[in-house]
Amino acid sequence: MKSLEDLKRIREEAAKKMTIRDKKDGYRIVVGMATCGITAGARPVLNALAEEVANRDLRNVTVGQVGCMGECALEPIVEVYDPSGTRSTYCHVKASDAKKIIEQHILGGQQVKELLRENFR
Amino acid sequence: MNELSLYILDICENSIHAESKNLYLTIEKSKIKNLLIITIEDDGRGMDKETLNKVSNPFYTTRTTRKVGLGIPLFKELCELCEGSFEIYSEVGKGTTDIAKFKLDSIDLPPLGAIDETLYCLACNEFDCDLHFKYIKDIDGNPKEFSFNTREIKEVLDGIDLSEPSIMMWFKDMVNEGLKELN
Repeated sequence: MKSLEDLKRIREEAAKKMTIRDKKDGYRIVVGMATCGITAGARPVLNALAEEVANRDLRNVTVGQVGCMGECALEPIVEVYDPSGTRSTYCHVKASDAKKIIEQHILGGQQVKELLRENFR
Repeated sequence: MNELSLYILDICENSIHAESKNLYLTIEKSKIKNLLIITIEDDGRGMDKETLNKVSNPFYTTRTTRKVGLGIPLFKELCELCEGSFEIYSEVGKGTTDIAKFKLDSIDLPPLGAIDETLYCLACNEFDCDLHFKYIKDIDGNPKEFSFNTREIKEVLDGIDLSEPSIMMWFKDMVNEGLKELN
């Protein structure tokens, strides 16, 4: 089994990098994880987003979960909060869209227009 | 939903949102008894009798964002479809326990699926609820067990968030290797 000793080492690495940049001035991504989201496929979306962030070693992005946002028919829903606090709501997101959201929005600063909520209403 | 682990995620979210400090998730797979038992126990705010009687009704929910609550009704229906049973016990201020039983060889029993993803979602909750997970596998009368709890993990992390991507990778590997060793 992956031991807690391994974890200690990974923890030290993570701690070193964290001092370089404060998370507070970064991006926050949240995924709706209530029954509606889970049923529509939110879990692989959350995992894919977290993996993209991990693989690219992005230090200024957090990935979290929220409950039902009241738009069940548009799930899976992903919201991206820019450092300025601006919110983008992406709907019917698939795990395969994670790469695009990270590359285009987080790294490129451009919204992924085709996934925005207004396309689905 | 086509994976048991999705139902588990959904039901466990109830515990996390009920101000629980601890969530105990136990999966017990017994070939000998032809039984799969999933127990979800929390020390959250619990429910009174009246509420408890309503939770299996899809038209009951505590949330304000929509008017239906399908988590428990869907899980209960799956148990019954698989010739099993679903029981829920709760006490105000003490917590809630769900016990779901399934016939292991039922043709309607979905595969467990990506349990590592489910456990990651549960472990990284924003309510600081600790996850205590146990998987017991009994094929031949000699049960094998894999378990972990996030309290121990958080102690080692000492302030670093479990949702840190590099920690997440370790976490999922830990789960997958632990479960693999039961085979």
